[in-house]
Amino acid sequence: MGFENFGTVSFTAEAKVADFITYLEQGKVMATRCPKCGVSYFPPKADCPSCLSGEVEWFEVKGKGKLATYTIVNYGPSGFEDDAPYILALGEFEGGIQILARLSKDIAPNDIKAGMSLVVSSVKRPDGRIAYEFKKG
Amino acid sequence: MADVAIVSAGQSVFTRSCGESIRELAFEAFKEALEGLDITTGDIDASIICSAPEYDKQRSPAGLISEYLELTPKPSFYVETVCSSSSTGLRVAWSLVKSGLHKMVAVIGFQKMSELSSRDAAERMGRGADIIWESPFGLTMPAGYAMYAQAHMDKYGTTEEHLAKVRVKNSHYGATNPKATYRKELSLEDILNSEVITSPLKKFDCCANADGSSCIIVARGDVAKGITDKPIWIVGLGAATDTMTMAGRELLTGLKCAQEAARQAYKMARLKPQDIDVAEVHDCFTVSEILAYEDLGFAKPGEGVGLIEDKETYADGTIPVNVDGGLLSKGHPIGATGGSQIRTIVRQLRGEATEAQVKGAEIGLVHNIGGIGQYGNVTILRR
Ligand SMILES: CC(C)(COP(=O)(O)OP(=O)(O)OC[C@H]1O[C@@H](n2cnc3c(N)ncnc32)[C@H](O)[C@@H]1OP(=O)(O)O)[C@@H](O)C(=O)NCCC(=O)NCCS
Ligand SMILES: [Zn+2]
Repeated sequence: MGFENFGTVSFTAEAKVADFITYLEQGKVMATRCPKCGVSYFPPKADCPSCLSGEVEWFEVKGKGKLATYTIVNYGPSGFEDDAPYILALGEFEGGIQILARLSKDIAPNDIKAGMSLVVSSVKRPDGRIAYEFKKG
Repeated sequence: MADVAIVSAGQSVFTRSCGESIRELAFEAFKEALEGLDITTGDIDASIICSAPEYDKQRSPAGLISEYLELTPKPSFYVETVCSSSSTGLRVAWSLVKSGLHKMVAVIGFQKMSELSSRDAAERMGRGADIIWESPFGLTMPAGYAMYAQAHMDKYGTTEEHLAKVRVKNSHYGATNPKATYRKELSLEDILNSEVITSPLKKFDCCANADGSSCIIVARGDVAKGITDKPIWIVGLGAATDTMTMAGRELLTGLKCAQEAARQAYKMARLKPQDIDVAEVHDCFTVSEILAYEDLGFAKPGEGVGLIEDKETYADGTIPVNVDGGLLSKGHPIGATGGSQIRTIVRQLRGEATEAQVKGAEIGLVHNIGGIGQYGNVTILRR
């Protein structure tokens, strides 16, 4: 399986990092790391341009992150109108990993604060599509 | 003395809906650029066509436009960095002339956005982000800049009112610009009361989609001097690219691509921010102009709002910015925008900016950004 069911609208399916979706189905949000260079990647990359290795390894993004910034989107582009309003956020996690995702609907807009503690987890939508989102950590 | 100059710059009227084809739209800017010059299409050695794809159906627009403008059989090709395509075009034109390959090059930017609804246009722009990892969440251009705005507010205490003041200024100048889509002055209340598009940005914090074209004629110094007694010299060029993903951004309170492009351009021109007499910056959103003040060194990080509070970026201030109304008033026909900014600076440096002339302007700067702070371009011009 590839990215065809990822997010609200997916625009392409195939990628060497499609294992990400298999892990996501198991409830895990994964990043990759080049074992030679030690660099970690989110979004995951299948290749390391520094050492040209394609032998990257997967690891799970665990633990608490911090909300770096966010926006409440009222104006959804075509294909996303029915989701609006939705909240896009950037979360900072250990090891310099930063992730763009939506904030869970469980978080009330008034409770959102820069620096608040977050966790990232997979989320299955009622229509069967899959993504990851931030919840209060 | 630098040896590549702009001999002429033109643009169409920017409008919500031009009611013509892209080739005819391109002609309008071309006509304004060539009018009154003692040159013909045969003198143009190459044309660089700049736009972002997928707003209209034409593929490979360079061929179409070069045929319509009768620039065949001279080389013509397409350059794209979304919203900064025509600044990138100018950079390429400079290299073609500087290398000796060509004597005169036309940089033609265009965009016809009215064939799409605003929501469809937002979807296209959303695919100007990473389509595997970020577009599927519903990331849009305004949403990306809104995240920068929120981070700036959280770190420096910038307010929605500060942002609105940028639009107040730009609408003031837009009202005098016959090429602008919106020629109405807006009050602080108008802006603060407009609907929230993506917090903290409201409708009037956003530029509007538009149709428009621009055309810059670039030539070797000696050739330029033979054509015009007011050549405008390209003295500084800077360009940098940040990550496409928001996840990869190291800074959320400024645009690294703009900071780096500015550093390069100042270095090449041997000039400092204080030397700039007039600037055009990429105010696709009000917050973008505040970020630009800081990224260009007109203010220290976090202190950009001081410039708008003290009206220092008005035409009679210490560093006039966007005194043609900016993208916020003119509208933002993606591929045409950079050329329109360059045209404004050319007119300012020639003392021909009838709308709001900055007295004695000698050195001007253009800051043009593609995508959500992705492609940074800074150009310094001198009379
Ligand atoms: C803000 C935005 C969502 C508004 O949506 P829209 O559907 O185009 O506008 P609406 O239909 O709601 O507004 C209709 C009226 O509001 C006014 N209006 C809308 N946007 C305006 C603006 N930015 N400035 C002034 N007036 C504006 C006009 O009177 C307009 O009427 P018109 O179409 O006859 O000119 C849209 O302009 C937008 O997406 N802007 C951002 C574009 C962008 O991201 N560009 C790339 C930047 S890097
Ligand atoms: Zn490596």
